[in-house]
Amino acid sequence: MRIAGAVLLGLIVLAACAAPWLAPNSPNQRFPDLLYAPPTKIHLGDGMTGPHLHPLKIVSRLERRFEEDRATHVSLRWFTGGVLVSADPDKGVPLLVLGADAFGRDRFSRLLHGSRATLALGVLATLFATAVGALVGGVAGYAGGRLDALLSRVSEFVVVLPAIYVTLALRAVMPLVLPGSTIFLLLLTIFALLGWPMVARGVRAIVLVERDREYAVAARAAGASPTRLLTRHLLPAASGYLSTQASLLLPAFILAESTMSYVGLGFPDTTPTWGTMLQDASNVALIGDAPWALAPAAAIFMVVLGVNLLVQSTGRAPIQLER
Amino acid sequence: MARFLIRRLAFALVLLFCTSSAALFLTRLAPGDVTSQLGLFASPVEIAAARTRFGLDRNPIAQWGSWLSRAALLDFGDSFLYNRPVGPLVVKAAGNTAVLAVCALIVATLAGIGLGIFTGTRRTGWLSGLVRAASVMFLSVPPLLMSLMLVFIAARTRLLPTGGMSSAGTVDASWVETMIDVAWHLVLPTLALALPIAAAFERLQSQSMSEAVRQPFLLAAIARGLPRREIIWRHAWRVSIRPICGVYGLVIGSLLSGSFIVEFVTAWPGIGRLMYEALRARDIYLVSACAAAGAGFLAFGTLLGDLLLAVADPRVREDIEA
Repeated sequence: MRIAGAVLLGLIVLAACAAPWLAPNSPNQRFPDLLYAPPTKIHLGDGMTGPHLHPLKIVSRLERRFEEDRATHVSLRWFTGGVLVSADPDKGVPLLVLGADAFGRDRFSRLLHGSRATLALGVLATLFATAVGALVGGVAGYAGGRLDALLSRVSEFVVVLPAIYVTLALRAVMPLVLPGSTIFLLLLTIFALLGWPMVARGVRAIVLVERDREYAVAARAAGASPTRLLTRHLLPAASGYLSTQASLLLPAFILAESTMSYVGLGFPDTTPTWGTMLQDASNVALIGDAPWALAPAAAIFMVVLGVNLLVQSTGRAPIQLER
Repeated sequence: MARFLIRRLAFALVLLFCTSSAALFLTRLAPGDVTSQLGLFASPVEIAAARTRFGLDRNPIAQWGSWLSRAALLDFGDSFLYNRPVGPLVVKAAGNTAVLAVCALIVATLAGIGLGIFTGTRRTGWLSGLVRAASVMFLSVPPLLMSLMLVFIAARTRLLPTGGMSSAGTVDASWVETMIDVAWHLVLPTLALALPIAAAFERLQSQSMSEAVRQPFLLAAIARGLPRREIIWRHAWRVSIRPICGVYGLVIGSLLSGSFIVEFVTAWPGIGRLMYEALRARDIYLVSACAAAGAGFLAFGTLLGDLLLAVADPRVREDIEA
């Protein structure tokens, strides 16, 4: 189970890293004659050497019906133009593994490129939130007194708030249209701000117990400074807790990004992410005929499943309830 | 007990006050204001009139002060988007969200506990293995994905309505027909919200049940020859229910978060959607009323969770009564 989770996550990260090489087309290239096109069928035989495809001709724009032009053959090109495999996108005959979206862009290429923003944001936000939480919790637990009381009150208050609404409110009060990089920083800040208190509370409790244990007292007696004691002795004691918390935060952040982008308050449409791609799946009229529009949902599911499998088998099963 | 309730009530009021005031200030200080809803061709006179009506021409502190003094008399201001007082709007939307959340909670509790007891008492067998695998799967399908998937299935099979709260043409239907129609529309969002929580409950209940049946007093009960049903439902279940009661408060909080996206995907006219619309339009009083309603939900939910924990766990009960 654990290995399956690790392999799943590893493959996803690998695909994200190799996105420009794996993606057959550029994520923002539009094929105006292929809006909502279905996935390309790959043919063998027909007197051609190797796999090939037929260009799609639009039959009815209204019904989004396409037909293959059987007379024309376009062979798949391997290892050309710096990509693994593609067809002939410059002549309007792209290889569309998961079909095209509402603007005629290759959904599969967007999925691969989109994984980068989504995963980078999730991982960075998790790192920040965990680091800040560990630091604040450690200081609060070690110092005690007024500082502890203040930090605990603040974290208690933030934990009570329903995170998605706070994210929504904080995001919505910014200008509604922002470039992708600004959104990235903005969401990163909001996620880190909302994520640290959960971590800090647990770390504080652990540090509070550990600081009076013999080894900590001994280290202090040997002249270790508070900083050294905290970073070398007390926080490592909380490392198990930290990794569990991180495994809860990562899926929550990925989902939060998707939710925000899905409702139109996240990344702009020109920045492919799993969340912006999900907007296509919200088209009820379309979705019944185009299950491949759910591909980003499947991708998010794989990440969450991978993290859950990785953690579930370590003994303590976290019950995942983001709030 | 009374002191505990009063303390919680005070906490709820403070939470309500803080969140709605913060929402008011945030919306007020955000770039752009509600007059952008008038469109490009509004005359300066119209814009100025709207700004005066919504107190946007005064400084934020003064506006907050007069809003607060009117809110104390239960006048929460007008919505610009809907051109009517925000009170009834928010009450209606909050009611819809409450219906959705309560239905989801009931479904999740019944399914989760029932299946958890089933898998917790049968460690082998293909059916309990299946349930267990399904739970691990559903734990990884949060409401956002679940609602999209269910909408897809509904659109494909045409078994269920894909969104909204009522069908067209039910305006002059009798109230029984209306109720049935609403219930029919409720199935999909309820499932989307309930299934991940049911999965979490199933795992929790299953673990604590399998621990419970290994306790000495239950071994003794088995040795005495009590029927299996009685052992499970009268004895084991009561000791194993505690972990679920412990997370109930958390679950109620997560229902509120989860319902936002479910409402959005399935077009359920609840508080989440209303707040989203209000935020985008900078509809200042509507935003703060929605925030207050959300905070109220949360305070009520955590209180309910704590009371439930007190019922299940005598140690907590002592804390509360002290």
